Amino acid sequence: MAWFRKPKKPIQASERRDLPSDVFDKCEGCGEILYREKLLQNLKVCPHCDHHFMFSATEYVQVLSDEGSFEELGRGLRSADPLEFTDLKPYAERLAAAERKVGGGEAVVTGRARLDGNPVALGVMDFRFIGGSMGSVVGEKIARVGRLALEEERPLLLVSASGGARMMEGTYSLMQMAKTSAMLARLHEASVPYISILTHPTTGGVTASFAMLGDVHLAEPGALIGFAGPRVIEETIKQELPEGFQRSEFLSEHGMVDRVVDRRKLRETVCLLLGHMAPEWRSE
Amino acid sequence: MAAPPHLEFERDMVELQEEIDKLLEMAEKKEIDVSRELAELRRRLGAMREDTYRNLSPIEQVQVARHPRRPYTLDYIQRIATDWIELHGDRAYRDDAAIVGGWARIGGHSVMLIGHQKGRDMKENLRRNFGMPHPEGYRKALRLMRLAEKFGRPVITLIDTPGAYPGIGAEERGQAEAIAMNLREMARLRTPLISVVIGEGGSGGALALGVTDQILMLEHAIYSVISPEGCAAILWRSAEHRDKAAHALKLTSDDLHALEVADEIVPEPPGGAHSDWDAAGEHLRSALLQNLESLEALSPEALLDARWRKFERIGAWKEDEGDE
Ligand SMILES: [Zn+2]
Repeated sequence: MAWFRKPKKPIQASERRDLPSDVFDKCEGCGEILYREKLLQNLKVCPHCDHHFMFSATEYVQVLSDEGSFEELGRGLRSADPLEFTDLKPYAERLAAAERKVGGGEAVVTGRARLDGNPVALGVMDFRFIGGSMGSVVGEKIARVGRLALEEERPLLLVSASGGARMMEGTYSLMQMAKTSAMLARLHEASVPYISILTHPTTGGVTASFAMLGDVHLAEPGALIGFAGPRVIEETIKQELPEGFQRSEFLSEHGMVDRVVDRRKLRETVCLLLGHMAPEWRSE
Repeated sequence: MAAPPHLEFERDMVELQEEIDKLLEMAEKKEIDVSRELAELRRRLGAMREDTYRNLSPIEQVQVARHPRRPYTLDYIQRIATDWIELHGDRAYRDDAAIVGGWARIGGHSVMLIGHQKGRDMKENLRRNFGMPHPEGYRKALRLMRLAEKFGRPVITLIDTPGAYPGIGAEERGQAEAIAMNLREMARLRTPLISVVIGEGGSGGALALGVTDQILMLEHAIYSVISPEGCAAILWRSAEHRDKAAHALKLTSDDLHALEVADEIVPEPPGGAHSDWDAAGEHLRSALLQNLESLEALSPEALLDARWRKFERIGAWKEDEGDE
């Protein structure tokens, strides 16, 4: 019986200007001010409106693997800047800045892990690294983790978050779509299970390759997922886009994802699925 | 008939051609012999054309690749194949006229020929959506490729698109899924696959017909992850810098051959494919015949193995030792 309750007014950020920003976060969904620690315990999902805050690659690795089981592979891979690309800034500088920001690595983290004690191959994209764009290194790391899955018969889990192709690597970046998809063709033929987990935002060349090739597609609530970005579409059709267009729920309605899954249920959903799809899977 | 549209760098050639036409007209009227002057002008025109087309800047290459008089897929099919029969529809939603496909015979080979199809005028472009496919276009292409595989026939794709269409219906029906599925399924089709970029190889919408054993590019075709205009708008904050973007993106056939993305460059007649459709067709046909011969000699296992290795290698990266 909610009607007799006094309406709760969310604390406005302006009223609490003195709140230290490393202790509190404001929810983009409902405006509520949240204790960072509570939010972290809740996997960065707002307890009031279920808004999913951005999650880092490391955080997804924690959720999707047993503690201490993740063994990172391919961390030494770096872009070779094959076109010696320079726009207003040299690509090499953009790479260096991105590396500083995320503390080394590239736009995807890959490796071996265990999930409820079972072996898996895991890849998680990092949107903070040049918008999670896919260049040669991302393509190579995805291909390698795919090969690992194939050779060691480990189910493959890929978590996507990407603005698309890394245009500073020209056609090489385009060809990573073919490279990653060709590896998935081999997994497909060998019946190695692959679950694609789509998070906010996943667009362009990543959506149009490995992210849409899962045996099962899981999407986080409210995530923007599409081929073309909404701005490009609006400019093309000269028309405003409908509310909720290209969000997870829209994709679900149009049959493009199997399930929209709350992050707090992600791990158990993946385990449930692999219990059916991975022949040697043991439930804890 | 209106004069065919021409590009900025073609102006000198167009002027020279007009001079030749005037001379011919005068000679006819006054019944005088101009054959020596005519031969000289024609020689100059030929040399100018060859010189110009050998030294095109990247953005000029882009313009040639998009030339409104450039031959399109059906123009090539008419010239290189016999027994052509077009097949329609994706069996799920509709027939997308931005992609055409069907059986064709090239030399002694029965093949499945599939390509993006641009329109020659506004009316045809409305029907063909300027060669920008919807998901059903890609699904039709995949259906036809599987048909070819079923009967052990090779697949040839002709690539010529600004890109896959960015629209509401396209997203609703899964543009990304349709492209992705083509990439994966082409990687495992047990039949020879050859793609040729004949004009614009625009991003994922082009690649969706491009996961093939051999990747050919016509001399003045381009292949790019994004249009130079789009790239300039994002990275230079203004589409006006498209010439810089075209240069930086390394999208010409020479660039892509050097980067080992394109396996082979198919020569065009001097002055580009649009200046002589028949000659352009002849070059394409002989390149296709050669590739068909060598690929049809391989077993499906050998084909797949080579195809997987080809795409596994693609890209460039550095690896720090001992960082594993
Ligand atoms: Zn909230």
